[in-house]
Amino acid sequence: MARYDRAITVFSPDGHLFQVEYALEAVRKGNAAVGVRGTDTVVLGVEKKSAAKLQDSRLSVRKIVNLDNHIALACAGLKADARVLINRARIECQSHRLTVEDPVTVEYITRYIAGLQQKYTQSGGVRPFGLSTLIIGFDPYTGVPSLYQTDPSGTFSAWKANATGRNSNSIREFLEKNYKETSGQETIKLAIRALLEVVESGGKNIEVAVMTKDQGLRQLEESEIDGIVAEIEAEKAAAEAAKKGPARDA
Amino acid sequence: EIGCRVQFTEYIQKNVALYQFRNGIPLTTAAAANFTRGELATALRKNPYQVNVLMAGYDKEIGPSLYYIDYIATLHKVDRGAFGYGSYFCLAMMDRHYHSGMTVEEAIDLVDKCILEIRSRLVVAPPNFVIKIVDKDGAREYAWRESVKPDATA
Repeated sequence: MARYDRAITVFSPDGHLFQVEYALEAVRKGNAAVGVRGTDTVVLGVEKKSAAKLQDSRLSVRKIVNLDNHIALACAGLKADARVLINRARIECQSHRLTVEDPVTVEYITRYIAGLQQKYTQSGGVRPFGLSTLIIGFDPYTGVPSLYQTDPSGTFSAWKANATGRNSNSIREFLEKNYKETSGQETIKLAIRALLEVVESGGKNIEVAVMTKDQGLRQLEESEIDGIVAEIEAEKAAAEAAKKGPARDA
Repeated sequence: EIGCRVQFTEYIQKNVALYQFRNGIPLTTAAAANFTRGELATALRKNPYQVNVLMAGYDKEIGPSLYYIDYIATLHKVDRGAFGYGSYFCLAMMDRHYHSGMTVEEAIDLVDKCILEIRSRLVVAPPNFVIKIVDKDGAREYAWRESVKPDATA
């Protein structure tokens, strides 16, 4: 088996591309990222590793980035690979605007990024990108919000809510149990609740960005996140108390 | 040249936008002007763009600035500029009436004087003019000076 994981272009006898699977492992070790689609809002949240004492976190690169005015991206996995993909995607967004005089749709740019990731699974001497992306945005004309995910194999799919990176299975389970159509602040709360399942609570461990049709991407301040986390904890405590309360009376 | 103008300026527009996404801050006017000049210069000895550009921009610390960029990649920061057949008339008018620290109203008045000169002196004067303003609130159309309205039936 080990002989078939050297070069990317080689299938193993049982039909695996080992390099792609190892890339997926790299994603599984990356920081958690969650995306939730509402009716008028789409939210991305990522786990933030606490910064080292000497690190200047004001100037450090944000993890949720703009690809265009109406499209944003978060990823889990090798962040250095992410820079390359994000750069190519940004160029493609502007190139598309130049040649067809239209902004890209979310599906188009997702297809482009997935296509890039796939190319690197079928070339000699290169390795796949070690990251999965969550892409959010609004269709420039219909105004419909979308959330897409791509992975190192180059597949992509649309989601109502999804997570990738560390403990993504637990987050996805939580989302499957608790997802419902939301809008505005409720969508933000749902995304943060999902992320809090696996991340220590607190604004300094989470980075959240909200995209709306009219205002584009807005990164939430740490204080704002802390406020919403406090709301969520209060709701949780109230729910716990409600559960215990009637039982004690009986 | 009409074709060059559209192609070239749209190309510059998209590259300016790309810079903003890549770097998180907009290009300064000076940087955008230098980039434009660089593109013209690179193309000059292969496939020159026949485009003259007056680039106006507003930066928070510097205020407004105007750059004169001609088709052979001359770049100059100016207070007033003009291109085309009517440029001599406009430049003469501006030399006479311009002073630093003009208000918006005074500036529009000077523009109108230039338009009047073009209309009366130039044999091949264009019938319509659009006036745009660039300031801290961005770039916007301010007014039209039309002597031939667009044909309703056309």
